[in-house]
Amino acid sequence: MTSTLPNSSPYTSAPASVSRVMLKVIYAMIPGSIAHVYFFGWGLLINMTIALMTALLAESVVMQLRKRPTLPALFDGSATVTALLLALAIPPLAPWWLPMLGSAFAILVAKHLYGGLGFNPFNPAMVGYAMLLIAFPQNMTAWIPPHELGNTLSFMQTLDYSMVGTLPANQTLDAITMASPLDTLKTQLMLDTTVSQILLTKPVFSGMAGIGWEWVNLMFLLGGIWLLLRRVITWHIPVAVLAGLGAMSALAWLIDSNHFATPVFHWLSGASMLGAFFIATDPVTACTTPRGQLVYGALMGVLIYIIRVWGGYPDGVAFAVLLLNMAVPTIDYYTQPRVFGHGGK
Amino acid sequence: MIHKLNRFHGGLHLPDHKAVSMQAQVTPQPLPKQLVIPLQQHIGAIDEPSVNPGERVLKGQLIARSDAHVSAPIHAPSSGTIVAIEARPVAHPSGMPAACIVIETDGKDEWTTLTPCADYTQLSPETLRQRVHEAGIVGLGGAGFPSFIKLTPGIGKVVETLILNGAECEPYITCDAMLMQARPDTVLQGAQIMLQAVQARHCLIGVEDNKPTAIAALQHALQALNDDRIRIVPIPTIYPTGGERQLIKVLTGKETPTHKLPIDVGVVCHNVATAAAVADAIIEGKPLISRYVTVTGAGIGQAHNLEVLIGTPMQTLLEECAARNVPDMQTIMGGPMMGFVVEDLQAPVIKTTNCLLHQTKPQSQAALPCIRCGECMRVCPAQLLPQQLYWHARAKDLDKTQDYKLFDCIECGCCAYVCPSHIPLVHYYRFAKTEIWAREREKLKSDHARERHEFHLQRLERKKQEDEERKRKKRELLQRAESPDDNKQDAIAAALERVKAKKAAQQVAPQNTENLTTAQQAKIDAIESRRKTLSNDSGQDEGQ
Repeated sequence: MTSTLPNSSPYTSAPASVSRVMLKVIYAMIPGSIAHVYFFGWGLLINMTIALMTALLAESVVMQLRKRPTLPALFDGSATVTALLLALAIPPLAPWWLPMLGSAFAILVAKHLYGGLGFNPFNPAMVGYAMLLIAFPQNMTAWIPPHELGNTLSFMQTLDYSMVGTLPANQTLDAITMASPLDTLKTQLMLDTTVSQILLTKPVFSGMAGIGWEWVNLMFLLGGIWLLLRRVITWHIPVAVLAGLGAMSALAWLIDSNHFATPVFHWLSGASMLGAFFIATDPVTACTTPRGQLVYGALMGVLIYIIRVWGGYPDGVAFAVLLLNMAVPTIDYYTQPRVFGHGGK
Repeated sequence: MIHKLNRFHGGLHLPDHKAVSMQAQVTPQPLPKQLVIPLQQHIGAIDEPSVNPGERVLKGQLIARSDAHVSAPIHAPSSGTIVAIEARPVAHPSGMPAACIVIETDGKDEWTTLTPCADYTQLSPETLRQRVHEAGIVGLGGAGFPSFIKLTPGIGKVVETLILNGAECEPYITCDAMLMQARPDTVLQGAQIMLQAVQARHCLIGVEDNKPTAIAALQHALQALNDDRIRIVPIPTIYPTGGERQLIKVLTGKETPTHKLPIDVGVVCHNVATAAAVADAIIEGKPLISRYVTVTGAGIGQAHNLEVLIGTPMQTLLEECAARNVPDMQTIMGGPMMGFVVEDLQAPVIKTTNCLLHQTKPQSQAALPCIRCGECMRVCPAQLLPQQLYWHARAKDLDKTQDYKLFDCIECGCCAYVCPSHIPLVHYYRFAKTEIWAREREKLKSDHARERHEFHLQRLERKKQEDEERKRKKRELLQRAESPDDNKQDAIAAALERVKAKKAAQQVAPQNTENLTTAQQAKIDAIESRRKTLSNDSGQDEGQ
């Protein structure tokens, strides 16, 4: 890579930069993160801080080892976005080493072993998440319920748990945490009840989707729309993801509404909006042609649904993203746009 | 009447910086002491000088030409004396000097005899083309392709639309805008002449809508002219709408296939300045010896347009416009998007010099890795995938770059302009193109070398065989000489053989020896007797 520009045209450029792009992505995460903290407590902020510090440290160590300029890599914002996305995917009440391990794995293995920024075939945050989910399934599935359902841990109590693993005297982890709404729905459906019964009787549901989750998802949708308006991302991938997920859930729901939840439930559950607008749109690992992005997004939506409903994991976003990352070169190759002057009218 | 416009893919809205050089009128540049006229100012074959050092030339006199079809002759921009024909610095991306004719001007600016034509409508298309060629007119928009060729539709080709390109989409440049403002009548006359030359039905003059004054001037002139074949069409200001194929798409909706020419979709496209030059050449008989040049940029005190003689050193233009001469300045010939840096400002203005942009060198920003954001793809007017092209060009995977249609890239620079990683994308594409050309040349050369080598081997082989043959014969001869007995026996055997043959011949009656005249018979007898004596002689010889 040349470090300076050769003196050839164009001699002017737009004031765009990678860090500006990343900064906008970070801004867009703010509403969803606030909703997350509001409903699920301070854990997210602690996880974000740990993940971020780890990511930046890992990034600078690797850049030193690779004898590359360190500061630009720290300020391009990509490691920051990776860390924040990972933290959003980790349960809020988690030991400190969970976000640290995930973040280090994301930066060191998923990003830099493949060549660093721009060269990683897999979404680093999702690789980190998948590694944690496979290695520490218990920690990774222990979600704390929204504060309406008795999650009243203060910031210091959460920090205590994160750092030394102690909870207030009268509480145990099992008592505080419970399965996420998606998990609950899946396990309850095995007990021969219907979706509507579960949604009405189980406390984690608000009637439409999980309490808190619907707001978190709506806030990420809001941030995503802002990204669209600021032209940081295009509509293709998010719309295709939501359409794929919506089409699958609508089909299943129309066939058997007793055993399959509505499209709205799926859109507002788990990491749907975060995945559609923030994770699937990671430019480095996503498809790059417009038609390819539609295929990529739609297949991802379908896969999210399949993994959620029939798979063994609580949510399908991470695995759907990683599986589709593998298909990117092929999809891109077969969806090249028609070049001007080639077979037009 | 509203003309229906079309869109091409991508493009950019750039800050145009045009107003700064539009405030003043066009001023003629004073006659320089020396004019340096490069022999190559056009696409095609380089010209041969038709004058010698020491010779006096008149303004407009032919000084160089070529017999090649794709070429344009060159004329003396002013009267004076040829002082040298030698390599001088010229404006070229390579920075290499090139052959130039140097004229010491005498200040008289004395014209050669011109052949004006009051009524060009009497001239045939062939004559018009011939005169355009003789006037040395090339595409003044920047490409410098000899114009008479583009005025020759070719057998069986029908030109529906003549397009005059007044888009001038690059920032800063205003020479075409000023020309349309200052000389709208000439531009329109040029359009009429070109219409006649290509026998087109109508003419569209496309002008970007950021030049309302030029559009108004043209429309005003058109009203006076009252030619309903010509239409002035304001087009949206989107870079690079002035690209030939982009403009054709915008104005006609037609997409010129990659490996074809605009003429194949019934369109011929010329620059407005070229049209004006054609009008001057046909009506007044003047060859192309001057042009409008925009001198502008942050480093210029008084940015404006100059009417400049071809061959004027660029340095004098900059001085004329009060260029600030501080370090870290650079002068670009052309616009900021597609121009190139002129290393030596002694280089002269040539036919394709539309703008000198004098400004500080851009801060070189370190390029970051590509994050595949796709911005480049969204602005690419050729609808390429610049990010993929970059990826493969960087890996020197030249076949892949061609799969991704590298050669459809027009190097407009939109991709590099928007790249958030500041990657000099166009640089990589130029590199890949040059590599591919080099590779093809190399292949031709190696094919040639291989053929030569194979011929060489064949020749060696033949020579070897011939040598061996010769040696064998020699050996045989030697062997015979060494064994005279064998030799004698051979001779005896041969003689016997001959006798046998003779007998056999006598037994078979010759078919045409019957019914002979006495004279013929006598002749034959004479021959036979000669033969007998001969064979006896030889028989004796052999016997020895």
